Amino acid sequence: MLVYLLRRLGQSVFVVAAMAVLVFVGVYAIGNPIDILISPEADQIEREAAIARLGLDKPLWQQFLIFVESALQGDLGRSFVYATDALGLILSKLPATLELAFLALLIAVFLGVPLGMLAGLKPDSVVGKSIMAGSILGFSLPNFWQGMMLILLFAVIFKVLPSGGRGETVEVFGVAVSFLTLDGLAHLLLPAVNLALFKTSLVIRLARAGTREAMLQDYVKFARAKGLRPRRIVLVHVAKNIMIPVVTILGLELGSMIAFAVVTESVFAWPGMGKLLIDSIQHLDRPVVVAYLMLTVFLFIVINLAVDLLYCVLDPRVRLSEVRA
Amino acid sequence: MTDALKAAATPTPLPRPAWRTTPLARFAAEFTASPVAVAALCVTLTLALLAVFAELITPQNPYDLAQLDIMDGMLPPGSTDFAGTMTYHLGTDQQGRDMLSAIIFGLRMSLGVGAMSTLIALSLGMSVGVLAAYFGGKVDAAIMRVVDLQLSFPAILVALILLAVLGKGVDKVVIALIIVQWAYYARTVRGTALVERRKEYIEAAACLALSHRRIVFRHLLPNCLPPLIVVATVQVAHAIALEATLSFLGVGVPITEPSLGLLIANGYDYMLSGKYWVSFFPGVALLVTIVAINLVGDQLRDVLNPRLRR
Repeated sequence: MLVYLLRRLGQSVFVVAAMAVLVFVGVYAIGNPIDILISPEADQIEREAAIARLGLDKPLWQQFLIFVESALQGDLGRSFVYATDALGLILSKLPATLELAFLALLIAVFLGVPLGMLAGLKPDSVVGKSIMAGSILGFSLPNFWQGMMLILLFAVIFKVLPSGGRGETVEVFGVAVSFLTLDGLAHLLLPAVNLALFKTSLVIRLARAGTREAMLQDYVKFARAKGLRPRRIVLVHVAKNIMIPVVTILGLELGSMIAFAVVTESVFAWPGMGKLLIDSIQHLDRPVVVAYLMLTVFLFIVINLAVDLLYCVLDPRVRLSEVRA
Repeated sequence: MTDALKAAATPTPLPRPAWRTTPLARFAAEFTASPVAVAALCVTLTLALLAVFAELITPQNPYDLAQLDIMDGMLPPGSTDFAGTMTYHLGTDQQGRDMLSAIIFGLRMSLGVGAMSTLIALSLGMSVGVLAAYFGGKVDAAIMRVVDLQLSFPAILVALILLAVLGKGVDKVVIALIIVQWAYYARTVRGTALVERRKEYIEAAACLALSHRRIVFRHLLPNCLPPLIVVATVQVAHAIALEATLSFLGVGVPITEPSLGLLIANGYDYMLSGKYWVSFFPGVALLVTIVAINLVGDQLRDVLNPRLRR
C-alpha cells in the first residue's frame, strides 16, 4: 500500500512538473510574455517595472526558475481586469462551482443508481427500455442547449424558477453558500439538474451493466440458495458490488463536472470559476487563464490520486496486483 | 441490400452457401437487423446531403446580405415576409434571416468541422497507436503515457484552453478538435493491434522479410479497423457537440460562418423574452444529428464487436 502510494505520488509530481514546463513553454517561449503577462494598457514605466519584476530580461532558464518559484509561492500573476492576485480571484469563485458540482453529483448518484439497477433487473420490460432510451437522450442532448431549454421552460414559460444568478447566500465559515436559503436553492436547482443530466445517464448505464453482470454471479446464486429475500440480495449484495465502477467513474467525473461547469455557469450566469474563465478569455485577461489552467491541472491530479486510492481500498484485487508488480 | 433485408425479416434464416456470403453482405445484414439503426442511418445520410447541397435547397442564402430584409426581423415561425412572397417556416432572426436556411448552412459547418477533425485525428491517432503496438517497449510506454495523461483531462477543458491560446477561427477549432481526439484512436488501435500482432499472419509477413512499413500499414492496420470505425462514428458526434459547445461559449467559429452552436448562442437573449425559435430549432437540428449518429454508432458496435458474437 505504501509503495503504491509513493509511486502514485511520484507520478503526480511528475505530471505537475510536466504541465508547468508546457505552460511555461506556451506562455514564455511561443507567445510573447510581454503581451501575455503585462496589460496592453500599461504605460512605459509600468511595462519596465513589470519586466524587471517578472525577470523577462533574464535568460530563459532563469525565467523558468522564477516562474516555478513564484508558482510554488502561489503567485500566478495578477488579473488585468480585476487588478488582484489571479489565483486568489479564482479561489474566491471556487466555492460556488464546488457547490454546484456536488449537488449535481448527488443528483446523478441518487437518481442514476436506482434507475440503472431497475433497468438492469428488468432489461426487457417497458420500464427498463424507457430508462435506457432516456439515458441515450441524456447523452446526446447538448449540455448548453438543454440548459437553455430548462430556462425557457421553467423561467420563461412557467415562471417558477429564476433564470440565472446565485440568489441569496449565507456565510458558513466565511464562505458564501446558496443551498441554505430557499432563494439560493431555487437558483441552484436548474444549473445542478443541467450539470447532472449527462452524469446521470452515465451512472444509469454503469449501474445497469453492473447489475446485469452481478445477477449472474455465483454469490447471487448462493444468496438466493440461502433463501435471502430478493430485496435484500439486490439492495445489499448487488448494490455493494456495482458501487466499485460507479465510484471510480464518478470520482473521475467530478473533475469533468468542474470542467463542464464552464458551460452550465455560462448558461445560468452562475458566478463560479468556469464563468470567470470564459469572461477572462473574452477580455484577454491571460494571467487568469494561465492560473486557471495550473489550478485545474493540480485539482485533476489530486482527484485522480484520490480515486486511485479509493479504488485500492474498495477492491482488494487492485491492491494485490500492485504489490506483486 | 434487398437480399439482406429479406434475410433479416425471416425469423431463422437458413445458413447460406459459404461462397455467397461475403463479409460485407453479412455485415449489411446484421446492421439492417435493427430498424432503429436503419432509420438513424437514413437520417444521418439525409442530413449529410442537406449540408452538401445547402445552396440548392435553402429558400435563401442566409449570408448574402442582399437577400435579407431587416423589416422581416424576429418573425415567429410560419410568418410570411414583408413582400408577401415567402414563408418563414421556422421564423427569422434579428436580421430577418430565414432560420431554416441558416440551420441548413449551420449544419454544413457543424458536420464539416466534425467530419474533418475526426478524419485527421483518426489517421493521426491510428498511425501513432499502431506504431506503439508494433514496436512495443520504450516507444510504446512513452506514447501511451502521453495518451493516458491527455485522456485524464476532459476534452472540453483541453479544447477551451487550446482555443484561448490559438484564438477564434474554423481552422483553429479543427486543430483543437484533432488534438483532443487523437488519443482515443491511439488507445483503441493499440489495444487491437497488440492482439493482432501476435497472430500468425504477421509472423508470416515478417518471415517474408517485408519492411516494417509494409507490415504495419498493409497487414496490421487493416485488421485493426473494426473497433476504430465504431470509435470514429461516436467521436464524430462528440466532435459536433464539442464544436457547438465551444461556439456557444464564444471561442469557436467566427460570427461570419456560424455553426449550429453559434446560432443557438445568438438566440440566447431573445429566448429570455419568449422568442424561442432562434435558439430552439437549431438545437433540435443539433440534437437530431447527434442522436442519429450515436444510434448508428451503437449498432455498429453491436455488429462489429466480436465479444457479442454468438
